Amino acid sequence: MTLQMMTASRLLDGEVVYLCDDGTWSEDYSSARVVADSAEVAEAQTIARDAERAQTIVGAYLAKVGRADDGTLSLLSMKETIRATGPTTRRDLGKQARV
Amino acid sequence: MYRYDEFDHSFVTQRVTQFRDQVARRLSGELSEDEFKPLRLMNGLYLQLHAYMLRVAIPYGCFNARQMRMLAHIARTYDKGYGHFTTRQNIQYNWPVLQDVPAILDDLASVEMHALQTSGNCIRNTTSDQYAGVATDEIEDPRVYCEIIRQWSSIHPEFTFLPRKFKVAVTGARTDRAAIRVHDIGLALKRNESGDIGFEVYVGGGQGRTPMIARLICEFLPREHLLSYLEAILRVYNQYGRRDNKYKARIKILVHETGIDEIRTRVDEEWARIKDSALSLPADEIERINRYFAPPDYENLVDQPSVLAAMRFEHRDFDRWVRANVVAHKHPGYAIANISLKPIGDAPGDITAEQMDRVADLAERYSLGEIRATHEQNLTLAHVRQDALFDLWQGLDEVGLATANLGMISDMIACPGLDYCSLANARAIPVAQRISTRFADLERQYSIGELKLKISGCINACGHHHVGHIGILGVDRKGLENYQITLGGSADNAAAIGQVIGPGFGYDEVVDAVEKIVNTYVDVRTSCDETFLQTFQRVGMEPFRERLYAA
Repeated sequence: MTLQMMTASRLLDGEVVYLCDDGTWSEDYSSARVVADSAEVAEAQTIARDAERAQTIVGAYLAKVGRADDGTLSLLSMKETIRATGPTTRRDLGKQARV
Repeated sequence: MYRYDEFDHSFVTQRVTQFRDQVARRLSGELSEDEFKPLRLMNGLYLQLHAYMLRVAIPYGCFNARQMRMLAHIARTYDKGYGHFTTRQNIQYNWPVLQDVPAILDDLASVEMHALQTSGNCIRNTTSDQYAGVATDEIEDPRVYCEIIRQWSSIHPEFTFLPRKFKVAVTGARTDRAAIRVHDIGLALKRNESGDIGFEVYVGGGQGRTPMIARLICEFLPREHLLSYLEAILRVYNQYGRRDNKYKARIKILVHETGIDEIRTRVDEEWARIKDSALSLPADEIERINRYFAPPDYENLVDQPSVLAAMRFEHRDFDRWVRANVVAHKHPGYAIANISLKPIGDAPGDITAEQMDRVADLAERYSLGEIRATHEQNLTLAHVRQDALFDLWQGLDEVGLATANLGMISDMIACPGLDYCSLANARAIPVAQRISTRFADLERQYSIGELKLKISGCINACGHHHVGHIGILGVDRKGLENYQITLGGSADNAAAIGQVIGPGFGYDEVVDAVEKIVNTYVDVRTSCDETFLQTFQRVGMEPFRERLYAA
């Protein structure tokens, strides 16, 4: 079963955000809502569409994600890793700089 | 320098006002992203991996100290304290917030700058030789014609929605430093047998997923017909260029599929209709614009002043910098000084706000306040007295801008790659940094000699890998970064597209692969005078392939 999360860029500043269980958008993927079946995917897509219409986010899409037994999420591509952290060449920039 | 006239002033101001309103309407929901995106792109604003990215135009790479200080101010006030010089002689900022962009554009407009035509399917910023007006091998100053093209192409209504973007480059020198044969249109100034000035016109060059070397469409175009001829080419492209597939929409595909002879016939037909129209350039108008670029009042000096020789003798690092980064100037006693934006181990083209301010100060003090950005992501100070080179070097060295590696293997072009760009498939900057660090020893770089290495993080080829002597293309292979290597590319007068050597290399292997290629070259060259390209042309791919893939 493919696990995915809904991710987008925040309209105001382009910050990478993730859809959470409570329908809000978080800068941190660790609290992202994980969708597995078609009903969950459809619901996430509806929320994303509404958020786009509400000028919260732009460019929403589903990204594959891994989940360990303890529920910890992991990123499955270099692109998503870089989006979730920041430039690998500048650790002082992006999300990683705020940790 | 280029100068804004009243049309530029009023237009740029209007555009900022319009964009401020467009941003407000986007934030209020009046404009959807689909409606807003083309508007922001017309103002140089992209949405990238982590944030928005604003690309600021520097017409043919020429700007001044006051403008550089404004670029520093923007980096400091609205961004993260740095900027990135690009291969179109522009600068981009990686972290602006949408709401701030109208204020940034206001600040830019206050120093005659803007972000127009740095994106979208229009005629982009015309690029040129960074040594324009001061090169020893120059036939005529290309900036005059770049400026004429800028004025003609700025928001040209007929060419605002072309099938794809359109790039023009102009060189006025015998040595092509502007890569004109990999542009949609390349112009080389020349003098015909009767001594008249005109252009050799090339069309249909480009890189991207289908790299092509431009074809000669006109052997001698009298300069007064420059605009009518360009307009004829653009019209043929606008009419016949493909719009059904963005990957086949550049003029290079039209030229390739139609054939250069047929394209020439169509251009000539169109040209015949408009040749003697209002687009003709009267000699007095060329002369008027020429005055913008009048040579400064150089002092009467002698070449190689004794103070220069003394300082070179005393300071080994300064001597190396002069050898590598300083180029002969057409006026006695002056020099062209290149500022490498490739410090060992740093991101190619990046410059901090503090460094920008320093370059502005040094340009004012030593180079008549003028600065040029190069398509190889460096800066040039074009009018430095030879007896001031040592002071300039010290000023650069204090802020880490005195790396003596121009044209060497560590002077790479690299695109932003997957660290910033939403189109990229693989990282480019850290590959460049690791190669630069591997070859950190400058004496080793000098013994290798001129070597142009260029890296792109995807097939769009913003890092010019196709024309690198060694080219590196990052791709995604089953979710992992993989790097294909090409050899034998060149962007100069003998422009050529590099050939793929064989299977690609992983992120952790690519630097070793590059080193093996370089070592092979050093081993098989006939002497230190045989350049990498000459060796490659003599021995071909095999010795490199053998060494690289030996079990």
